[in-house]
Amino acid sequence: MAETLLTLRDVTVYHGEHVALQRASLEVYTGDVLALIGPNGAGKSTLLRVMGMLQRPDNGEVLFRGQNALNGNQLELRRRIATVFQEPLLLNATVYQNAALGLKLRGIGQVEIDRRLGPWLERLGIGHLAARSARTLSGGEAQRTSLVRALVLEPEVLLLDEPFSALDPGSREALLRDFQGIVKETGITTAFVTHDRHEAFALGNRVGVLNQGYLLQLGSRENVFLRPQTESVAEIVGIENRLPGVVETADGDYVTIKISDGRVHAQGRFSAGTKVVACIRPEEVSLSLAHCEANDLNRLKGKIIAVSPGMTHHRISLDCRGFNLIALVDRKESFNLNISEGDEMTAVFSSTAVHVIDDKKDR
Amino acid sequence: MELIWQGIVKAIELVFGFDAEVWAITWLSLKISGGATLISLLLGVPLGIALALRRFRGRDLTVALINTGMGLPPVVVGLFVSIFLWRSGPLGFMELIYSPTAMVIAQVIIAFPIVAGLTMASFQALDPKLALQLLGIGASKPQLLWLLCKEARLPLLAAVMAGFGGVISEVGASMMVGGNIRGQTRVLTTATVLETGKGNFDIAIALGLILLALTFAINFILTRIQQREQLRWPKLS
Repeated sequence: MAETLLTLRDVTVYHGEHVALQRASLEVYTGDVLALIGPNGAGKSTLLRVMGMLQRPDNGEVLFRGQNALNGNQLELRRRIATVFQEPLLLNATVYQNAALGLKLRGIGQVEIDRRLGPWLERLGIGHLAARSARTLSGGEAQRTSLVRALVLEPEVLLLDEPFSALDPGSREALLRDFQGIVKETGITTAFVTHDRHEAFALGNRVGVLNQGYLLQLGSRENVFLRPQTESVAEIVGIENRLPGVVETADGDYVTIKISDGRVHAQGRFSAGTKVVACIRPEEVSLSLAHCEANDLNRLKGKIIAVSPGMTHHRISLDCRGFNLIALVDRKESFNLNISEGDEMTAVFSSTAVHVIDDKKDR
Repeated sequence: MELIWQGIVKAIELVFGFDAEVWAITWLSLKISGGATLISLLLGVPLGIALALRRFRGRDLTVALINTGMGLPPVVVGLFVSIFLWRSGPLGFMELIYSPTAMVIAQVIIAFPIVAGLTMASFQALDPKLALQLLGIGASKPQLLWLLCKEARLPLLAAVMAGFGGVISEVGASMMVGGNIRGQTRVLTTATVLETGKGNFDIAIALGLILLALTFAINFILTRIQQREQLRWPKLS
C-alpha cells in the first residue's frame, strides 16, 4: 500500500500581482514518478519549489508525511527531500567535494561519505572525474555531479526541475537512460518538471498538467495522455486534432458527432445536442487510397494540403471539408502510398481512438 | 639619486639594526590598520551581504551612501571624527582624541564602506539560483551564508586588500585624530610626513620604504591565496 509522502492543499503563490500558482492540491505517494508538464510560465517550477519547501506558499498547506512544514521543523523536513535544477550550479571545488556537500551539511563523517559516495559516482559514470575541478566539467558531467549530490542523500522524495533540458541531445539521451535505470532500481519517489511530453511519458507513472498557474489535471499517465479532461490539457499532452462539434445521435456508449460537414463516431455517453470536442491523436489516424469497409471505423475523405517530412513519421494535413485533420504516417508507408500535396485520400481511425470532451468543461 | 640611495641604506640600517622606535611605529601601524580592517570586515561583510541578498526599505539610499563612502577623503573623515571626539565635542567625555582608538575609529569609517561595497558586489556576482540549489540539498540558513561566503572568497579577499590598503596608507585622518604623538600615536605615514617636514629625507625615505614593503608583503600573501584558485584563461592567439 503506497503511503502519502507529500501533500499540497490549496497552495497559492503570488509573484507580485501575478498569480504563479492557484489553489493547487496534490499528493505524492511512495514510489511515485510524477511528471509535471505545461508550457513556460505555467507554474511548474513554482509548484516544485513549494513541494521542496524552498518557497513558502502565500496560501495553503504543505505536509510531509502528515506534518505541516511551516511549523519550526522546516529544515528537518526539507532535508528529507532533495531538489535538482535545470542548471547545475556547483561550488568552486572538486567534483567529489561538490557531490559530498549535502552529506557534509548533515554532519556526516568522512568515512561514511566515502562509503556512500563512491558507488553513486560510479553509477552516474563520473567516478574518474572525482578529483577534477567542477569548473572544468561539460554540461552533462556537471548535471551528473548535481544528480549524485542529490541521490547520495537517499532522499525520501527527489524533485527535479527540467534536469535534462539544458543538455545537448547526446548527453541528454544518455543521462535520461541512466536516470530511468536508477529510478527503476531504487524505486525512489520522484517528481519532475518538464515541458517535454515525451520525457513525461517515458519517465512518469503519474502526470500533472499545469497551465497559467492552474493544476488542470492530475492522474495516471494513460489517463492524462489518452483521456484529457479539458481541451487545454489535450493540447498540452499533444493531441493535435481537437475538433469542435455537436453530438448528433447518442446510442448507449456510442455517439455520432457532427463536425462541420462530416461525421465522426466515437465512444462516450453524451446526450444529443451536447457541444463537444473530439480529440484524436495524429498517430491514430492512418491514410488509405481504397475505401475500406468496417463498422467501427471512421472514414473521412480529404485533400492533402501539407506534408512535413520527419525522421520516422511524416506529418500530413488533410482538409476534410470544413476542418483540418492531422495524421502521422510512418515514413515507409507514406513512401508506399506515394503521398503528395493535392491528393485525395481517406483518413481512417477507429471510434475508440476518439476521445470526447464536453466543451463546457474547459476553463 | 644620492638622496634615495641614502634613504635605502638608512632603511636597511633601521630595519636590520632593529631600531626600537622604527619597529614600534611599524608595529603600531599594523595594529591600528589591521584592527580597523578587522572591524570593517565584521561590520562591512554582513552589511554587504544583506545589501546584495535582501530588498528592504532604504536599501537604495544605503547603497548610494556606501558607494559615496568608498571614495571618502580621509581628511574629511579626520575632521568629523575630531569634531565628535574633541574635548568639548559630543563624545568628548570619552577622552579618545589623540589616542590609537580614535585612529582606529577614523580608519574604520574609511575602510568600512570599501569592504561593504566590494562585499555587496562580490555577492551580487554569484548566481542567485545557487542559493536555491544549496537549500535544495539541505543547507540551513547559516550554512547557506557560509557556503556563499566561501564561494565569493576571491572577490572578498579583494575587499580585504582594498580595505587594508586604504587605511595603512592614509595620513590625513590619522594625523588629525591621532596627533602624531611620539610613542603613542605615531604611525608610518604620520612619521614620514613629520620627517619630511624636518628635512630628514633619509629617515622619511626609510619609513616610506618600510610602509611600501609592508603593504606589498601583505598584499602579496593575499594575492597568492586569491590567485592560486583562479582559473587559467586559454592562450589567445
